[in-house]
Amino acid sequence: MALTNLTIAEARDELTKGDISAVDLAEAHIEALDTTRALNCFITETAEQALIHAKASDARRAHGETGLVEGIPIGMKDLFCTEGILTTAASHILDGFTPPYESTVSQNLLAAGAVVLGKTNLDEFAMGSSNETSYYGPVVNPWQRAGDEGTKLVPGGSSGGSASAVAARAVMAATGTDTGGSIRQPASFCGIVGMKPTYGRCSRWGVIAFASSLDQAGPLTRTVRDSAIMLGAMAGYDAKDSTSVDIAVPDYEAAITGDIKGMKIGIPSEYRLDGMPDEIETLWSQGITWLKDAGAEIVDISLPHTKYALPAYYIVAPAEASSNLARYDGVRYGLRVEGDNLQEMYENTRAEGFGKEVQRRIMIGAYVLSAGYYDAYYLQAQKVRTRIAEDFKQAWERVDLVLTPTAPSAAFAAGEKPADPIAMYLNDIFTVPASMAGLPGISVPAGLSDEGLPLGLQLIAKPFDEETLFRGAGVLEEAAGFDAKPGLAVG
Amino acid sequence: MTIDKETVAKIAGLARIKVPEADQAVLAEELSNIMGWIEQLSEVDTDGVTPMTSVVEAVAPKRKDQVTDGGYPDRVIANAPDAVDGFYTVPKVVE
Repeated sequence: MALTNLTIAEARDELTKGDISAVDLAEAHIEALDTTRALNCFITETAEQALIHAKASDARRAHGETGLVEGIPIGMKDLFCTEGILTTAASHILDGFTPPYESTVSQNLLAAGAVVLGKTNLDEFAMGSSNETSYYGPVVNPWQRAGDEGTKLVPGGSSGGSASAVAARAVMAATGTDTGGSIRQPASFCGIVGMKPTYGRCSRWGVIAFASSLDQAGPLTRTVRDSAIMLGAMAGYDAKDSTSVDIAVPDYEAAITGDIKGMKIGIPSEYRLDGMPDEIETLWSQGITWLKDAGAEIVDISLPHTKYALPAYYIVAPAEASSNLARYDGVRYGLRVEGDNLQEMYENTRAEGFGKEVQRRIMIGAYVLSAGYYDAYYLQAQKVRTRIAEDFKQAWERVDLVLTPTAPSAAFAAGEKPADPIAMYLNDIFTVPASMAGLPGISVPAGLSDEGLPLGLQLIAKPFDEETLFRGAGVLEEAAGFDAKPGLAVG
Repeated sequence: MTIDKETVAKIAGLARIKVPEADQAVLAEELSNIMGWIEQLSEVDTDGVTPMTSVVEAVAPKRKDQVTDGGYPDRVIANAPDAVDGFYTVPKVVE
């Protein structure tokens, strides 16, 4: 089998047996970077450094030292600061920014033996659901509509470069960040597994901030087992992030037992939307049947504030973004556009440096936080957020996991969505509630649409119960038996 | 909630983003649409609800108030677009 088709677990076995080396893996994937370059998955490729790291990995292995992802070629979302390597957040305003430090999550992965092939493309500052807002150009989904190979499809967003690269077999796994669905929705669009851990599970230190109360790093992989392996390497308490939680990181892989007998799965009626495509509805019903057949008990539940999660998110996230992005001022790093005075220099820099969607969100944030509107908008949104979290808390008294679709549609074509920003925001309708409640969620590829495009199902779990999440996801994956491969993948 | 051109100009000023006058009307409409959609939040009964400030039930960790990092100004200013002699620079702000 081509090395690029191996899962992390399979590659680990072959590396352990000595059948292949980390250098073999790195070389095969560096070739894959060439073959898949038209997808525009990467903003910066680091092939040379990857080879050096792969050699070092083989040397460590020869000494009997192996980390969780020893010698595994991965992509790093270009939102993670990487020491000495250009870090852009896909924004013009970070032109030339080369961090003098390494983010905790990327450092954890390096320490666990990962070989980083490059920095993956994303929506600018992780704001988007189609990867069309990147200053470095859109990312292409390796999947194509059946019988329509000419139409380029979006990979979803914001972790679109990561999702596309993993699906196209350019890397075995990649990091993502998820604020309202930015790991799970692109995973669904690209037919891979995308996992957002509980808020606080992974350190946010060194991750370029979008909305600090929501941002969380997580893995994109081709299997549930690989997701568990990657999360094990990424997660952990970090004194440098006061919101990271100091509890032990369990052996996630060991949680994938294949046994969900007696597990209670909640089906929230509020996720059944008017006008939802039949194929999404059908897939969801199929998922329910799969879990039932595996011995789980299906429980109808209600999460009454579901419909308010998205509008509340569009107050909380822009408000936090407007504060976080205040730091881009043309003084300390990145782009600077001169002006006649300080105020003009700021305004010119930020007008040229930020794209349209980022500007829109900063302005909404500034507006809802401004005098006279704070209580009506921001405070109300925070209260609604409490309501959403309470809904889930009540559900956890009756169920272990919640099953929903991941996204309301399959991947759409570039430029196909109407210009109305709200139409784009609706992509995250099923992923945002778990984000607002800080809960872990995973998208598992479960089937193909009528057009031959992948569709994902989402499982949501209690805070810090990623183990049950992986257990359920493993069963879903097994039952779905999803083995379709995108047309633009390697090999 | 309707956001007019004047409000756009005010918000753009607060956000330190230059918005040419020609773009203000379009932006006003876009922001009005978004805020109009968000307006549905007022339907939710939030009497007596505590606003969420932390999504995870955790006690903030404490540490000694001491310097744990720093002492390398060259690395700190290495990315500055216009650093001079170890300092950041800005356009003149005093006459």
